[in-house]
Amino acid sequence: METRWEGLLRREVVPRREAPTGLLPGASAQVGAGPSPRRPPGSPRGLGATRVKLHPTRICRTSPQVRVPGAVGEQSGPSRLSLGPCAALRTPAHRVPCPRQTSLEEHEGYCLIGFLPAPLRVQDTDAMFARGLKRKCADSEDSPPAPPACSLQRQSLLDMSLVKLQLCHMLAEPNLCRSVLIANTVRQLQEEMSQDSAWQVPAPASAGRGPLERLVSTEILCRTPWEQQGGHSAADSGGSPAPDLLSEPPGAPSAQAPRGAPGCAWEAASPRESRGGFQRSLDQIFETLDSKAPRAAEGLFADVDGPYYDLDAVLTGMVGAKSVPGDGFETLAPTGAPPPGVSYKRDLGELDHVVEILVET
Amino acid sequence: MGEDTDTRKINHSFLRDHSYVTEADVISTVEFNHTGELLATGDKGGRVVIFQREPESKNAPHSQGEYDVYSTFQSHEPEFDYLKSLEIEEKINKIKWLPQQNAAHSLLSTNDKTIKLWKITERDKRPEGYNLKDEEGKLKDLSTVTSLQVPVLKPMDLMVEVSPRRVFANGHTYHINSISVNSDCETYMSADDLRINLWHLAITDRSFNIVDIKPANMEDLTEVITASEFHPHHCNLFVYSSSKGSLRLCDMRAAALCDKHSKLFEEPEDPSNRSFFSEIISSVSDVKFSHSGRYMLTRDYLTVKVWDLNMEARPIETYQVHDYLRSKLCSLYENDCIFDKFECAWNGSDSVIMTGAYNNFFRMFDRNTKRDVTLEASRESSKPRAVLKPRRVCVGGKRRRDDISVDSLDFTRKILHTAWHPAENIIAVAAANNLYIFQDKVNSETH
Repeated sequence: METRWEGLLRREVVPRREAPTGLLPGASAQVGAGPSPRRPPGSPRGLGATRVKLHPTRICRTSPQVRVPGAVGEQSGPSRLSLGPCAALRTPAHRVPCPRQTSLEEHEGYCLIGFLPAPLRVQDTDAMFARGLKRKCADSEDSPPAPPACSLQRQSLLDMSLVKLQLCHMLAEPNLCRSVLIANTVRQLQEEMSQDSAWQVPAPASAGRGPLERLVSTEILCRTPWEQQGGHSAADSGGSPAPDLLSEPPGAPSAQAPRGAPGCAWEAASPRESRGGFQRSLDQIFETLDSKAPRAAEGLFADVDGPYYDLDAVLTGMVGAKSVPGDGFETLAPTGAPPPGVSYKRDLGELDHVVEILVET
Repeated sequence: MGEDTDTRKINHSFLRDHSYVTEADVISTVEFNHTGELLATGDKGGRVVIFQREPESKNAPHSQGEYDVYSTFQSHEPEFDYLKSLEIEEKINKIKWLPQQNAAHSLLSTNDKTIKLWKITERDKRPEGYNLKDEEGKLKDLSTVTSLQVPVLKPMDLMVEVSPRRVFANGHTYHINSISVNSDCETYMSADDLRINLWHLAITDRSFNIVDIKPANMEDLTEVITASEFHPHHCNLFVYSSSKGSLRLCDMRAAALCDKHSKLFEEPEDPSNRSFFSEIISSVSDVKFSHSGRYMLTRDYLTVKVWDLNMEARPIETYQVHDYLRSKLCSLYENDCIFDKFECAWNGSDSVIMTGAYNNFFRMFDRNTKRDVTLEASRESSKPRAVLKPRRVCVGGKRRRDDISVDSLDFTRKILHTAWHPAENIIAVAAANNLYIFQDKVNSETH
């Protein structure tokens, strides 16, 4: 282009403490609505007590390789994007340093659940995703049931998406467009996974423990919070897979049962189960986003200071603390949420087993 | 302007730290008025700042055409929705100027829920010489009045007054993402995620719903409205874009509720580029009619596309903004950058299109010569009279001296909002809390 662009003006917006200084000597501004006392930068918003902040803080970051290209830059942490500052931009009015901790301590940061296998670099993931995973799996369908790399990555993407959806759900002002896009991605992933698992023979528990446990964890984690809030619709759809869970591996030895039974059962039932479970959970997200039913709102704001969500409760092992017989889901609820209207047909003992596994690992 | 810059350097030096940005000062929208004389910016704190272009003067040719602050006012305040227990952000999502019909200027500004019409007037004269009141406005003692005088208007210091004339509230359940003034200058539309409403500028207590894509069952929701605009000449036509990458042109003469589109613009997906993120990156973040009204410009995550209104099957031109990100989509999904909504802009003659990118880069594409340029909006490059140097992102292979590699792009610094003067080659670019205005001196007229 034959043009030459040169700078005409650069104006920096000044913080609210000072009155706007950019006025010409000859002009004065009359504020129509009247200047209102502005909160100084660095303090939370005026109505912070009732605002549910984005709190991906209880999730442990375990995989430092999971990072955006660009975090490997020369400049020091905060100005380069890793997983932290992007979330920091969303927290109002204070700057947050890039998080590097790996503990469950509270920190502003945006992390995965941490089930990614360590050697999997993000760039590789990108390349695989870009190349069309499904086709690749189809080519190798006659290989032994060791989990193919594409399904691991698909699983990790699914984990990530579900975490995002949960966090969307927790926000005071959910961004509907974002939620819809993530939900569509989840649906697409779930469809591909169910199509792939339809080809695979259900793997024996010993061989496929890794990804199956991941499947388990995702199932548990995403089902329990969502089904808290929309219990009525769960009875209509997807109720049928539930009784099949326990009937599938009847002969499994009891020692193996905690690991194998849920593993096999989930894997075998995943075409129906995942579809039903995820669909239900997706539906409930949209319902609550749309209707903001009082009980959902209570669930959101019941205990701002307490554990924000069932995810946290599970990870920190608070499940066993208050177990009420016959209504184990109650323990996972935010303290102010009313119990779901429908009790689930799932075996709660099995649920406890699985959660204990999670807590132990 | 030099004076101001010096003052800022002295008092606000702590702001020079790049990484400290007050959230409330981040600019969220930029818009020129119809003549280009005024430029309005809105920020996340609900404040609107209007710049005015200085008239050319022979005395100081260097100050020709510079923009200075004209007025600042607080447009929206944070609110609380008691029914839903939700806080409503005061961030200004969009500003649209009304065509000027008298000495006053008017603009519409909107946050997530409420649209306001502001009137901006100047006062540079005031009456003096009242008989009953003295200069301060106090009543005179009648016994001191010995003769009568006629009050005269005397010039005074220029005062810019901004007052809210209308408040269009409670029209939307979801977050408003765009507003657009109709060419009839009487109506305008506002679009949220699922619905579009038509308002009359003088009536605030009711609006007409013209598009509603909310499904009967929210569980079936897969698509939302992302942007919408009225046709610049035909007052019955408008277009809205969706998160699935489609554009729908609707004719309000066809029906009261324009759920059924008149034209659907959709490009079939390229199967070789298909990934899990295909849908997300196809979501249209901005749509703009050309000044001529014949073309539409859309921005999705990786490309800008020019559509001819007469052809629905595919765009007539596609420009890659930052195709090197195509292999990084997973990371960008992870850090949410994939959901960034970039805007796009036409120049006055519809020959060049512009859009923002990461690392404070913005790109311009010349439709005639098919050449493009990448420029950076940064402190260093925006010193007055400093000429912008074209930048380049290298994707491996040969790397020139000033190239930036893809891995060292800063994804926290992004240019989402840009605007182009309606007639001249002057552009306004917003990067976080900084507003940059660039002018093309070589070709002052549009080319």
